[in-house]
Amino acid sequence: MVKALVEPRWLVATGVILIGLLLIPFGAPLFYIYILSVIFVTALLAMSLNLVLGYGGIYQFHHAVFYGVGAYTVALILTRTSLPWWVALLAGPFVAAATGLIIGWFCVRLTKLYFGMLQISLGSLVWIIVYRWYDVTGGDNGIHDIPMPEWLTTFQGAYYFILAVVAVCVGLMFLLIKSPFGATLQAIRDNPQRCEAIGINVRHHKLIAIVIAAFFGGVAGVLFATLERSVFPGLLFWVLSLEILVMCLLGGWFTFAGPLLGAAIVVALRTVASRYTDYWTMVLGIILILLIFFLPEGVMGFIQERAAAKRTAPHPQRVEERSGS
Amino acid sequence: MDPSAVISLLLVGLARAMILFIVSAGLTFVLGVLRVPNVAHGSLYMIGAFVAFTIATAFGQSSAGFWFALILAPLVVAAVALIIERGLLSHLYQREHLMLILFTFGLMLILNDLVKLIWGAEYRSVTPPEILDGAVTLFGFNIPRYSLFLLFVGPLVAVGLWFLSNKTRLGKIARAASVDREMVGVLGINVSWVFAAAFVIGCALAGLGGALVAPTTSISLGMDLTIIIESFLIVIIGGLGNTWGALIGSILFGVSQSLGLLFFPQFAIAFPYAVVVIVLLLRPRGLLRSAW
Repeated sequence: MVKALVEPRWLVATGVILIGLLLIPFGAPLFYIYILSVIFVTALLAMSLNLVLGYGGIYQFHHAVFYGVGAYTVALILTRTSLPWWVALLAGPFVAAATGLIIGWFCVRLTKLYFGMLQISLGSLVWIIVYRWYDVTGGDNGIHDIPMPEWLTTFQGAYYFILAVVAVCVGLMFLLIKSPFGATLQAIRDNPQRCEAIGINVRHHKLIAIVIAAFFGGVAGVLFATLERSVFPGLLFWVLSLEILVMCLLGGWFTFAGPLLGAAIVVALRTVASRYTDYWTMVLGIILILLIFFLPEGVMGFIQERAAAKRTAPHPQRVEERSGS
Repeated sequence: MDPSAVISLLLVGLARAMILFIVSAGLTFVLGVLRVPNVAHGSLYMIGAFVAFTIATAFGQSSAGFWFALILAPLVVAAVALIIERGLLSHLYQREHLMLILFTFGLMLILNDLVKLIWGAEYRSVTPPEILDGAVTLFGFNIPRYSLFLLFVGPLVAVGLWFLSNKTRLGKIARAASVDREMVGVLGINVSWVFAAAFVIGCALAGLGGALVAPTTSISLGMDLTIIIESFLIVIIGGLGNTWGALIGSILFGVSQSLGLLFFPQFAIAFPYAVVVIVLLLRPRGLLRSAW
């Protein structure tokens, strides 16, 4: 049985947006091209987190580790070895996925808050190694002026490269969610006990999901390194992980495009607010608390709820609340 | 290696563990009673330290200033906590953990910028009172007096918390409410105010920790970021909501850091994290029984 994965109108909308994004560098100032590139990278990071968080119900509290590992892999290979640039860019996601496998292997024994806390402690261990191992990682100075091929160092070149990679990754993530594996993952989120009872290896599925999310987080890290050509320990600090969580919340978990929207809003707001105030984090904090009180399903969730007011199926979040933790 | 130096180092590590314990005891108390993982706990600790600085400075950094700061800073933090609880948090108890974590993260962002707004980004310090300044020689070991003071205050707080939750009416209600909030409410007890009291007590301990740490370190923005992650880990390895677990966790944390300093100074801060990983591998739900 062949069923269309996407409604035609959404396909058309996506195509129009993509063509628009392809045309932007011809007219826009360099600054906007750069900000859009940052948004794409951040959006990929947030969407990769949402794979496990929104669709898997896994408390992935330290996702930034995989982002940082991907970025540092690129930086280290390009500054410490003479391997070509494309090897470094390819290696990043795989090293991040391997980190995801190790951290995930420990974490999947636990659930919910315990899972999240163990992940934060394991992730902090990675952070400390990066932060303290001056001889290799440059410690808190980070690594700067990473050599890149000429065409990647221009704003336009980086923009198109990032746009292409992010588009492919988003497509792959979409297919993954629509695949049998994605369906199983969502079933595990909604009722782990029942999944266990019908013979699904819950831990195994969670681990695979974490590795995949780490891989895409690593891709985002690689793109960050190519765009900024520098890396620093803040990339794998736990505060960044919580910021990504905020993006997912803002856009709306349980929706595919929500984190993309959330990342775009946060990056845009940060860019605008930083011009007028030194207290951007306070602005973010106030927005976050307002969200929790008035828009707990996020912007996308709100729009979807409005659009499908007659939907009868219970919302996944409520199912989770009912089953308790 | 000089054995007396080793023992001094261990004692200083234990003294630092006492501050960790006081902060994480507050965190675990809030977790146990309210089920709220309070990410802003570290910010309240930082506010405690800055308030202690302001009070001590108002008294010209004299001995009296320190003692006033030690008493008043936790009270100021408690007042801040009361406003947060009544104004915001009390409306959110029914939400899931993820939302509560993000709520307290939002609080942390706001509080940290408020600290920056009020006290600025400079480094501040508090002078310890005269009787706690310098070092004493005990059984041939050189030990800073302030460390001895901390080693005295830590257990005092532990016993105080134990007394509060086991021997007082408030503590008993709080423990009952953490198991079944609705049932306690049905019995005609105002659960809402019990929760408020528990939150305020927990946060006041963060303030006390901040005031206690003030003379031992430079007070600055960012001091909340390490303490919060450390105290979360301590709470997790001790068993959520378990005060004695927090004590054991803090001691493990402080002592392993001292041992790390002895053998691998560069990676000393990695040692406690490694201990956490080992503990959680052996006992995924913490060393002692969790209140959950």
